[in-house]
Amino acid sequence: MAWTPRPSQVAWIKAGLFALCLVPLARLVYGAFARSLGANPIETITRSTGWWTLFLLLATLSVTPVRRWMNANWLLKLRRMLGLFAFFYASVHFMTFVWFDHWFDVAEILKDVVKRPFVTVGFAAYLLLLPLALTSTNSMVRRLGRNWQRLHRLVYVIAVLGVVHFWWLVKRDVTEPLAFALALAALLGIRLAWKAREARINPQPRLQQ
Amino acid sequence: MLIKKPTDILASEITPRDSYLRRREFLRQAAALGLAGTMLPGGAFSQTAAPVTQQGKLPKLPGKPSALSVTEKPTPYKDVVTYNNYYEFGTDKSEPAENAHKLRTRPWSVAIEGEVKNKKPIDVEELLKLAPMEERIYRMRCVEGWSMVIPWVGYPLAELIKRAEPTSKAKFVAFTTATQPENMVGLRLPVLEWPYVEGLRIDEAMHPLAILGFGLYGEILPNQNGAPVRLVVPWKYGFKSIKSIVRITFTETMPKTSWNVAAAHEYGFYSNVNPSVDHPRWSQATERRIGEDGFFQPKRKTLMFNGYADQVAKLYTGMDLKKFF
Repeated sequence: MAWTPRPSQVAWIKAGLFALCLVPLARLVYGAFARSLGANPIETITRSTGWWTLFLLLATLSVTPVRRWMNANWLLKLRRMLGLFAFFYASVHFMTFVWFDHWFDVAEILKDVVKRPFVTVGFAAYLLLLPLALTSTNSMVRRLGRNWQRLHRLVYVIAVLGVVHFWWLVKRDVTEPLAFALALAALLGIRLAWKAREARINPQPRLQQ
Repeated sequence: MLIKKPTDILASEITPRDSYLRRREFLRQAAALGLAGTMLPGGAFSQTAAPVTQQGKLPKLPGKPSALSVTEKPTPYKDVVTYNNYYEFGTDKSEPAENAHKLRTRPWSVAIEGEVKNKKPIDVEELLKLAPMEERIYRMRCVEGWSMVIPWVGYPLAELIKRAEPTSKAKFVAFTTATQPENMVGLRLPVLEWPYVEGLRIDEAMHPLAILGFGLYGEILPNQNGAPVRLVVPWKYGFKSIKSIVRITFTETMPKTSWNVAAAHEYGFYSNVNPSVDHPRWSQATERRIGEDGFFQPKRKTLMFNGYADQVAKLYTGMDLKKFF
């Protein structure tokens, strides 16, 4: 049996994780004032927030596999924070697009969304993240019941769209998108393997007629 | 101050309109500078002649001011030398500045091949003395949607082409970048087909705006900017301005260029800056000027031929630029 922290310890771990998740933002804010974000600071901010969105999405998807392997159910208590931070960095990323790329020109933004496949998938991923963030509270989890889990399976779609978004925007060197794609494939593959095994061990009789 | 005029082109056509209208003022200033220069000790002359002051720590390479320079504010030296696309030294834009110190720039010679009478290779020391150095302050627009203003030092590519004496079969010019596998970390990844090759039509190559660049900001080129000799073609996207040239080949047929081979539907042979022809994945209508456009200023509109339409548009008369992008 793995170590299980007491509730007070969980609170500390959560606080630590919260602070850790703020580090990428803090570095960008510091860099913007210290002028250390390179020659194209906006590009740096856009790329960095996009990268951390994907990283945190994959971290969120890693919670269940890690929890099962280590038999550490308490890890589940960290999942919501990771997911919300993914949403937070996605929001900053989206704001750089709306503000710095298009200067709040709604017509131009919509044109871009329609015309450019990598923007289309990125935008779609962000739209799909919204209902997940909005239904992340305890009361919403209770109110939605079984539907909550169904709704939150959208995260698989979002992660795929996110990786595709990254892949399609790079000019030539796909090393980084490839790394994300492999990690995501592993995380989705584990789930498929579980499903297949469960079906074998515990075959559910199909409803006849 | 002597300004060379190609006989078949009107001065009003080759000079930016606003500079042309202020030509008397320009000549007066140039004369004043020249006069001031003669009164100073020899060493100081070069600095007086070059309006852009030296910024780095590299050997000086002054150039005479040119009427073909733009009057926009040059991009800070630090940005010009730390934000580069030079895939042989890594695909991240900060990597060339970190890795390019390994580039061996001496001995260096440029091979001259193909449809020319004079195939004698030219050593870089000789190349440096082939024609008087000029300072050309040009806009530089990257295909990725950002731009800079860079004070290059060099001279017209036409000078070298004339020395090579192309035959009537020479319709295109291909340029090849050095490959130094032991020094270039980027060559380990097949991101592009190595060596990097770029090309121009011969009339483009002979255009007075197309220069061989040897320096920037009054100094020799930093390695990451393409030392010891590179091409600068300001009306085309930046990747056409090939760096660290080791071979120039004159050909009858259109050469295969690296980005075109990598993704033909995204990067055409011509790759003229054109705000109305988008890259398939992003718009080319606007650009972000490095060091200026940022948090509190929207991106600026990209100009046809990067603002050099008056000088170069007639190279493409009758061509469908949406087809020949």
